[in-house]
Amino acid sequence: MSAKQIDARGLSCPQPVVLTQKAISEGGESFDVLVNSNVSKENVVRCVEKNRMKAEIRQDGEDYIISVSR
Amino acid sequence: MKNIFASRIGIIVVGAVIGALAPLLQYLGNPKNMGICVACFERDIAGAIGLHRADVVQYLRPEIMGFVLGSFLIAMATREYKPRAGSSTVIRFFLGVFAMIGALVFLGCPWRALLRLAGGDGNAITGLLGLIAGITVGVLFLKNGYSLGRSYANKKAAGWVFPAFMLALFLFLVFNVSFSEGGPIFFSQKGPGSMHANMWVSLGAGLFIGGIAQKSRFCTMGALRDIILARDIHLASGVLALLIMAFLMNYFVFAQFNAGFESQPVAHTAHVWNFLGMTLAGLAFALAGGCPGRQLIMAGEGDADSGIFVLGMIVGAGLAHNFSLAAKPDAVVEEVYKIGGIGMYGQAAVIIGLIFCLIIGFTMREKMQA
Repeated sequence: MSAKQIDARGLSCPQPVVLTQKAISEGGESFDVLVNSNVSKENVVRCVEKNRMKAEIRQDGEDYIISVSR
Repeated sequence: MKNIFASRIGIIVVGAVIGALAPLLQYLGNPKNMGICVACFERDIAGAIGLHRADVVQYLRPEIMGFVLGSFLIAMATREYKPRAGSSTVIRFFLGVFAMIGALVFLGCPWRALLRLAGGDGNAITGLLGLIAGITVGVLFLKNGYSLGRSYANKKAAGWVFPAFMLALFLFLVFNVSFSEGGPIFFSQKGPGSMHANMWVSLGAGLFIGGIAQKSRFCTMGALRDIILARDIHLASGVLALLIMAFLMNYFVFAQFNAGFESQPVAHTAHVWNFLGMTLAGLAFALAGGCPGRQLIMAGEGDADSGIFVLGMIVGAGLAHNFSLAAKPDAVVEEVYKIGGIGMYGQAAVIIGLIFCLIIGFTMREKMQA
């Protein structure tokens, strides 16, 4: 189950992290987070790693797609 | 390329550097326990251009311009300059207004609260507790889906406007512009506004701090928020480094440490209002997504929503002094120690500000999609 995607582009700090944390605490095993700034990318990755999950980053134009998985 | 400034060591070094530079700026002429204070310095700028006429707090502070321009230059150089706009502009403006009113009731932004503590001012403790209270309320809103909505990419030129405004202010200072006899630009002849380091030193320190703060994402409000929200101490480690370094510099290098509550520089002992002023400021910062320093840095990166928050703070400073909302420091008048603090209108403004922020927090919500 991987289709889930969180679109956090353009949201102010710390909303991308809040949404990521929420997805993880609701048992999300594998999902993508979309952000469009380095700051959000760094923050989301830090949050993911703190939850002992893996974050894989792809760049898509101006956006970053962070694939979160166990 | 990995951004070393955003690492744990990086943010600690950045905090320590700011903690060293601020007391140095005091030593070189800036007001006591006010080596850097974003709120106070924006208030001085508001006074300099005549938005208020409190003649002791008028100066075009180059540190502020340096923060924005340093961030702008480094963001350009490292491809992080991204003009963006469109997230609840008018709300952000008024969050800025009330953040400033709250900060001027306490007499300082979070940076100055730390510097006051590092200088021995016990009143900073009540202020910081208020800050924590305000941010805690903000975190509750964030957890319940509070959002001012998305910002959207803007044209490249849009991000130039705010740095250009700052450059213009600096040029007014360099050329000592006077627009009419006895008129602006106003420069204080006495009081905190008359105390300042050499303008090039101030600008240099501002540019340098602006640059490293941009790369490290240093944010005092974020530090406390992340602890409360997610037990994340990343930003807090930088803030702690600032506090410790500033204390060490004040105590051992510059002999600027003086512990106590009374007779502290540009401070008052009206504890309730120190607390509530910072509660208001903390809540407004949390709802706007950054402390005043961070807002300047983001404005430099091209974030128009942060730019409007800063403009809100500058206008707020004008209102705070024109409407007698800002606190008066404690003072010794005819050998009697007079407690400062705020009057009736200041108290009302704090309450109105808190109500405004609560309404924004409750109403600006999005259904959490996750």
